[in-house]
Amino acid sequence: MPGDSRTFDYAPAPESSDIVTVAPKNGLFISGQFVEPKSGRSFVTLNPATEEPLAEVAEAGEGDVDFAVQAARAAFEGVWGRMKGRERAKYLYRIARIIQERSREFAVLESLDNGKPIRESRDVDVPLAAAHFFYHAGWADKLGYAGLGPSPRPLGVAGQVIPWNFPLLMAAWKLAPALAAGNCCVLKPAETTPLTALLLAEVCQQAELPPGVVNVVTGAGATGAALVTHPGVDKVAFTGSTEVGKQIRIALAGTGRHLTLELGGKAANIVFDDAPIDQTVEGIVNGIFFNQGQVCCAGSRLLVQESVTELVVERLKRRLGTLQLGDPLDKNTDIGAINSSVQLEKITELSHSGEDEGAERWSPPCDLPEHGYWFPPTIFTGVSQSHRIAREEIFGPVLSVLTFRTPAEAVAKANNTPYGLSAGVWTEKGSRILWMAGRMGAGVVWANTFNRFDPASPFGGYKESGFGREGGRHGLEAYLRA
Amino acid sequence: MLPGAVTAQVNGEIAATDTALRQLLHGLPGVDQVGTEARAASLATRSIKKDSKLWALDTAIRMIDLTTLEGADTPGKVQAMCAKAVRPDPTDSGVPSVAAVCVYPDLVGVARGSLDGSGVAVASVATAFPSGRASMKVKLADVREAIEGGADEVDMVIDRGAFLSGRYGQVFDEIRQVREACGRAHLKVILETGELVTLDNVARASWLAMTGGADFVKTSTGKVTPASTPAAALVMLASVRDFAEASGRQVGVKVAGGIRTAKDAIRYLVLVKETAGPEWLTPSLFRIGASSLLNDLLMQRSKQLTGAYAGPDYFTID
Repeated sequence: MPGDSRTFDYAPAPESSDIVTVAPKNGLFISGQFVEPKSGRSFVTLNPATEEPLAEVAEAGEGDVDFAVQAARAAFEGVWGRMKGRERAKYLYRIARIIQERSREFAVLESLDNGKPIRESRDVDVPLAAAHFFYHAGWADKLGYAGLGPSPRPLGVAGQVIPWNFPLLMAAWKLAPALAAGNCCVLKPAETTPLTALLLAEVCQQAELPPGVVNVVTGAGATGAALVTHPGVDKVAFTGSTEVGKQIRIALAGTGRHLTLELGGKAANIVFDDAPIDQTVEGIVNGIFFNQGQVCCAGSRLLVQESVTELVVERLKRRLGTLQLGDPLDKNTDIGAINSSVQLEKITELSHSGEDEGAERWSPPCDLPEHGYWFPPTIFTGVSQSHRIAREEIFGPVLSVLTFRTPAEAVAKANNTPYGLSAGVWTEKGSRILWMAGRMGAGVVWANTFNRFDPASPFGGYKESGFGREGGRHGLEAYLRA
Repeated sequence: MLPGAVTAQVNGEIAATDTALRQLLHGLPGVDQVGTEARAASLATRSIKKDSKLWALDTAIRMIDLTTLEGADTPGKVQAMCAKAVRPDPTDSGVPSVAAVCVYPDLVGVARGSLDGSGVAVASVATAFPSGRASMKVKLADVREAIEGGADEVDMVIDRGAFLSGRYGQVFDEIRQVREACGRAHLKVILETGELVTLDNVARASWLAMTGGADFVKTSTGKVTPASTPAAALVMLASVRDFAEASGRQVGVKVAGGIRTAKDAIRYLVLVKETAGPEWLTPSLFRIGASSLLNDLLMQRSKQLTGAYAGPDYFTID
């Protein structure tokens, strides 16, 4: 009680889940309507923080996917493909504003379905999703100025498959540029996180978007495969694992269909001895523990200059001690739940391999809830380039700490990976930032920050992290014929 | 990590020359402004409810240096404020007293007379507050007047002009001399972060004050805009934490200026907890210089206990 107690534990401050109604049964969104699947099949999506079922969701079969692609084709040829850019812009602005108006609903639903802390869905996912629609709405009537010729044309029907780590945000990244450019879309959200994409479909209805311009087909891998290999699709955009990306590329080879892939990563976050230490520690935490590390551009390899390794690790450990793990709907939660049991197993397995290979494992003392999928924030020190945890994407709250002696060695180690999505550089020396950035084999290089996104800034990778860019002028290129 | 030089400095082994101090202060890790502000903003979203809120409100009251620093101050005004400081809410004896009252040196005697035996300390600003633009002789006379009047705590200002022109030795020297003149009184060193402008400067000035013997580092006089900002407070809290690690001595932090609502105060407590650590959550290591804040804390406290807000007339103005 008040008085001389020296503790200041934050009492639970949960966001109420009453703000959003989750329909017990959800259909597919095709041609502007929610419809029963022809396949007759459905699956259940869980709340990963409790393992309780949230809703039953339709599973689209090949027939359903075909129906959706046809609806998109009809909308493209009938309305959207010939509509003036300034008219398309109005719809995009409208969608953006409705996302803002219903932001609490989106945030709560995202946290329920994905397990991410409400602080992140509220402050990052939802505002950024709206920002992407606003940004691309601005482009819709200015495509002739995107550097792709005087009157670039849309490609047609886009088949878009998105992952479970940022369900709404990835949907926005895919839909907004495609729609701005005049394409129609069939979107397949991940099977563990379909709910915000369905809410976004409802927003499209509310915005009176012409039927068929956006279609949402829910399902797992088979649904995705049916979509990306459908001959009626002109353009495939995929965000997900490198393994699946490779299969898609093989399947599309020689078909003449357009493809962009945004795949895995194993980003190096490079800390020099003159880095602003406290903000660097924040950046490291944000780089690897944001969204429980389930981020393709996560700074999962920490490369620290040897002279400050001890200091950085010590400060990092102290900072990890203040992270609050628990109920994703609690506004004070920093670390939420892992999205699925499959993912949790993968993280657990790779962490064991780290120990087996001789790296030293550390986690702050923290109680994991009894139910749900949880993994404590974890640091491995004494990691070397040849360890699996330094090479494979863990996609979880696990940081591998490596060291370097000179800037050249940092570059060599950072680039010594099949991936090339993102990198971070921490130093007070501006010239070194530029020197490093020019040598990083990564699509995004952050300087003295990490995991910062903006719709105007193109995002995408090199090598096994994929190709094509999302966001900015460059992102439009993926949806336009010059 | 903090250089061995720091510990040496703390123990007074190195001559306080501009060069030596420059080496120390400019050898501190840099502070990134964007990152610091982002961190402060993210801590401001912590949601403090129920028991933790009640605890925070009471703790904030106990941390207040109830302040009046106006040209129009009179013995009557100071006496009234002292009564409020001892018993902030006449209708509820459960409300703790504030930590101290803070006045100009000439009114220290009045405050002393009103507060004896109450447990509330008397703090006085000194050294040509708020600008610090006076000769050392005048500054020391100012301090002595406060001490002779019975001040338990002295809030001095540093010479920002000297600091900004790199005359660290002079600033250090002044702090040392004031420290001596204070005798057993606690010394709070006001950095005036609004005039130092960069966060690197805030960190350097904090270290300079701490090595000079400050018991507290304080953000601002309240006479300059911006006064206390969350980012500056965060840098100071990190500095006292690092200094304690290097030297073993815990220095307190006082934020002052523009903190008017319970919400702001609680946000500062969150900064304290998550930056310096929970052991700083005590009036002996964290203070809030304020005047109108107290009534908002009282109002929120009664709301928390009764579930309803009382109007402003149910709380005394001083």
